[in-house]
Amino acid sequence: MRELNELSIAEARDGLRARDFSAAELADSCLSAIDAASELNLFCSRTGELALEGARRADRRISAGGAASMCGIPIGIKDLFCTRGVSTQAASRILEGFKPEYESTVTARLADAGATMLGKLNMDEFAMGSSTENSAYGPAINPWRSKGSDRKRSPGGSSGGSAGAVAADLCLAALGTDTGGSIRQPAALTGTVGVKPTYGRCSRWGIVAFASSLDQAGPLAKSVRDAAIMLEAMSGHDPKDSTSAKREVPKFEQFLESGVKGKKIGIPREYRLEGMPSEIENLWSEGAEMLKSQGAEIKDVTLPHTKYALPAYYVIAPAEASSNLARYDGVRYGHRAKLREGEGIIDLYKRTRAEGFGPEVKRRVLIGTYVLSQGFYEAYYRRAQRVRTLIKKDFEAVFADGIDAILTPATPSAAFEIGTVGNSDPVEMYLNDVFTVTVNLAGLPGVSLPAGLDRQGLPLGLQLIGRPWEEGDMLACAYALEKAAGFKAKPERWWI
Amino acid sequence: MAINPDEAAKVAHLARIDVEESELDGIARELSGILGFMEQLNEVDVDGVEPMSAVTPMLLKRREDAVTSGGDASKVLSNAPETRQGFFVVPKVVE
Repeated sequence: MRELNELSIAEARDGLRARDFSAAELADSCLSAIDAASELNLFCSRTGELALEGARRADRRISAGGAASMCGIPIGIKDLFCTRGVSTQAASRILEGFKPEYESTVTARLADAGATMLGKLNMDEFAMGSSTENSAYGPAINPWRSKGSDRKRSPGGSSGGSAGAVAADLCLAALGTDTGGSIRQPAALTGTVGVKPTYGRCSRWGIVAFASSLDQAGPLAKSVRDAAIMLEAMSGHDPKDSTSAKREVPKFEQFLESGVKGKKIGIPREYRLEGMPSEIENLWSEGAEMLKSQGAEIKDVTLPHTKYALPAYYVIAPAEASSNLARYDGVRYGHRAKLREGEGIIDLYKRTRAEGFGPEVKRRVLIGTYVLSQGFYEAYYRRAQRVRTLIKKDFEAVFADGIDAILTPATPSAAFEIGTVGNSDPVEMYLNDVFTVTVNLAGLPGVSLPAGLDRQGLPLGLQLIGRPWEEGDMLACAYALEKAAGFKAKPERWWI
Repeated sequence: MAINPDEAAKVAHLARIDVEESELDGIARELSGILGFMEQLNEVDVDGVEPMSAVTPMLLKRREDAVTSGGDASKVLSNAPETRQGFFVVPKVVE
């Protein structure tokens, strides 16, 4: 018998309406699973009472009829989203003790739809990282291990807590954010589905800012259908975010069955990396075959500036971060350093930030400060912005040629062991985002979905990139691929 | 482009992050490594290419110039490490 926490959103929606169980029972089942999985360090706080209260309200709404699809669905929230009265730290020491007086637009929308929050999820500090190891809460652990090994692996990052919690069935779905791959890379490393919507689809208001021209919120879920349901509830224009788009939100779930027949799927040759594991290369070709067998036309395409996406990203994202993170000064919220006799306000800023930021955040703030400083602004920042234009134009040319979606691997490897990547060279960790970062730079929607297991029994993902504002069509392709791939594997529950 | 320890100290000061003298060599090395990675961008011909700051072309929205919120001083101050009489408290800034 499956436990309630193992259900998908779509299954729970049906079960709640059929009175097979209550939202309170569903939330309770997740809370017990969270308690039993403390070793994974995926949740950094647990809001059990809020969840049960919300669930009882949801039960009443469902009884009354006409409740939204997300009503009564228990979800986890990345620690980057401001949640009223609930600790929000962005996994940073510098926000120690911060309890927002306001709710982010996206979490408010989900709450309005009746979703219940189980707690906050571990992440890389300020969403800077690809492993959820850079966290004031300590590293998050991937529920997946390789066959016959008890070595702990990273769930990816920065939304590693979100991805891991969905994979371990601690929640039905989770909220993440994606600046360079922070939803899609952890989704791929945990056998879950992650969507980064078009830039402007979801409001950024109330999300702790990392790189404002790249950040987008999105769902991590157990299936493409679930991701479509949750994305719809999160999306929409918000006057409080000047970059959120005034556009109708399509009913994403209704697109799913439309299939891929007659659609043109592009395979970009620049994504074939030297030294890429053959298993990933094979999975990619198999994915193309699967779409072809369902009537899609597969076409080789070229995105010539792909190689420059990562270096451009590592100029632009730190530049924006150095500016956004200037607000952490020990005056208005969070940690404040204790001053010694004779020290002044500059010492307060410098010592607060030295004590509050972790090493990766410091590194990026320093890089960002450097590339924006006098004499280097043109050479680094402006140049990177120009390269960004070229990257976007690459995609525009491909879509203008009639391509409906682009298929790529999601990550260059399966989940890696904790503490093994990027120790001597930070750039090694940055390479994790090589397939995902282009999508953020171009503002496009992308989805990562599990497509198979590697030799060690670890999940591998594929990514589909859609046309701007056409998440519905992109998800229809993903749904077709999901059906064909038939990925059903779950991690063994070694943590119980 | 390599950064030396003196330059690293300057950047750290601009970023308002206190660093120990002993950390400067390491920071300079790491930053140089990352900047080295960025050097690839110099291979790209960007002549005549407009720099992109916003990915979706849209005009910044306008609204009536009117007060839309306020009167929340206690909420604004509720997370501050130190407050007095409705203000944030900082060390003395004017002699």
